[in-house]
Amino acid sequence: MNPFDEIAVEEAVRLREKLKDAVKSIKVVTIGGTKSQETLRTALAMGADSGIHVSLADSDPTPEPLGVAKALRAVIEREKAKTPVDLVILGKQAIDDDSSQTGQMLAGLLNWPQATFASKLVVDAEKKEANVTREIDGGLEELKCRLPLVVTTDLRLNEPRYASLPNIMKAKKKPIEKITPADLGVDLAPRLETLKVAEPPKRVGGGKVENVDQLIEKLKEAGITAVKA
Amino acid sequence: MNKVRSFDPVSGILVADAGCVLESLSEYLAPHNHIMPLDLGAKGSCQIGGNVSTNAGGLRLLRYGSLHGSVLGLEVVLPDGTILDQLSTLRKDNTGYDLKQLFIGAEGTLGIVTGVSILTAPAPQSASNVILALPKFENVLPLFVQAKRQLSEILSAFEFFDREVYDLAIKHGQGRALSEEDVEGAECFVLMETSGGKREHDEEKLNQLLETLFESDKPLINTGVLSQSPAQFASMWAIREGLTEAVSKEGKAYKYDISVPLAKFKEVVDTTREHLGSKGLLRDDAVKHVVGYGHVGDGNLHLNVVAAAYTPEIEAALEPFVYELVASYKGSVSAEHGIGVMKTHALHYSKSNVSIEWMKRIKQLFDPKGIMNPGKVLP
Repeated sequence: MNPFDEIAVEEAVRLREKLKDAVKSIKVVTIGGTKSQETLRTALAMGADSGIHVSLADSDPTPEPLGVAKALRAVIEREKAKTPVDLVILGKQAIDDDSSQTGQMLAGLLNWPQATFASKLVVDAEKKEANVTREIDGGLEELKCRLPLVVTTDLRLNEPRYASLPNIMKAKKKPIEKITPADLGVDLAPRLETLKVAEPPKRVGGGKVENVDQLIEKLKEAGITAVKA
Repeated sequence: MNKVRSFDPVSGILVADAGCVLESLSEYLAPHNHIMPLDLGAKGSCQIGGNVSTNAGGLRLLRYGSLHGSVLGLEVVLPDGTILDQLSTLRKDNTGYDLKQLFIGAEGTLGIVTGVSILTAPAPQSASNVILALPKFENVLPLFVQAKRQLSEILSAFEFFDREVYDLAIKHGQGRALSEEDVEGAECFVLMETSGGKREHDEEKLNQLLETLFESDKPLINTGVLSQSPAQFASMWAIREGLTEAVSKEGKAYKYDISVPLAKFKEVVDTTREHLGSKGLLRDDAVKHVVGYGHVGDGNLHLNVVAAAYTPEIEAALEPFVYELVASYKGSVSAEHGIGVMKTHALHYSKSNVSIEWMKRIKQLFDPKGIMNPGKVLP
């Protein structure tokens, strides 16, 4: 399982431990070929209640973030029709493409608020609010959000638990629903075209100089105007 | 002298200078899909020549055997300066006495190893580990038997550690702790590793074993945790590999690396603790902990007595008591750590006078002037 998604599942399980009955169900979703089911089993072993496997043929191309977001939206709309969905937690990025787009696109499609790169999540189930601390370049940012909400997880949100044997056994009996993109009315065909892939320019070797005067010469040659003889 | 001399990817035979650091050899082999047949905590600094001279054991011995089996040839400089070149890359060679065996584990007292030819193993395609919590130590033996039977060739490590040393490891931040729920009622733990050529095949075997253990009428285990990711795999090993460091952080440790029958592991720890208790030494300002952990699969127990300070009183209580205890089980006073300078006086607890006499004769033959590591190994 993508390590950030593992953190997402762990956070969901911890929320249930904190909020108890306020958390009615934890569902996990994955989109992929036959092997993806195992990822769902791992999530179930960590404490999720049931899984949805949007199944692709093993030969299908890997879905792109927008495709994934559209599929997730369709799944969530389907679920909402049965019971309200209050929180969607995803990893901040996948370690295969490192795009960091799915969560944000999903929030846009659903027209829900989003709190990304979360390093702390506190949910008030009664008020239907959440306080999220996010990691940004300059430090930490605190957001107060209304539910329903999309959250993406950062590394420091939590450390996922080991799956214990009783839970692994129980996970085998938990239900996994299998559906196809067609069932969801979603087209996962790739839309991005790779125009060019290039290596960064090779690092040209440096040179050694004999003394400070030579250093100043070289710097002047390189056009560094601050250098005065 | 830290270069790889040759590697044959078909046979897996690696020839290297004695100064190659173990971890660097592992890194060399990785792109060829091979691994070294030994692995230890000191991998980042120990050299293969040293590993050979000390017959290092480590975490993989259960699966890949000892260096006495995996070393195919040695290049040794003898005490008189002659170079003994037996750097063969042959898997089978029954031509005369197998001299290299003398140097493996001789701790440099018969010659200096300068080159090693070793059989490396194909890298496993999948590895998994599990920590099992046992309600009582008596269950370790039947658990080991069952694990060997059901896991068969994919079992690659079987380590044991008692509850007290686990608590010390967590206290001193070695690896991620198991949940309170999982450790409740556990007298000891077993860390089992499987590795093999096909993930699905290994998982099926492991899952079946875990199911059998968990669902049996008289379960051998309370519960266990299974690694779900490379990070968790590493973290579980970190607990086991960090036990030694935790013991050092807790106090001053008296360490005994012994081989005794598997069934006697707990008895050795308990007897030692009782003995110290009878001398009034079990106090916060004297002996704080008596713990045991080790390579169950190899019958090797690391008995650690953690004291507030090293005192002659504690030492007198422990030695020769521990050595005599080990001798009573016909065990080894040094399973893998060797004799060096510190244990020459204890050699007789595990080897007869006849054996020691012949060891001295061999030493005299190779090193009549006694220039090679004087004072080590032989009393």
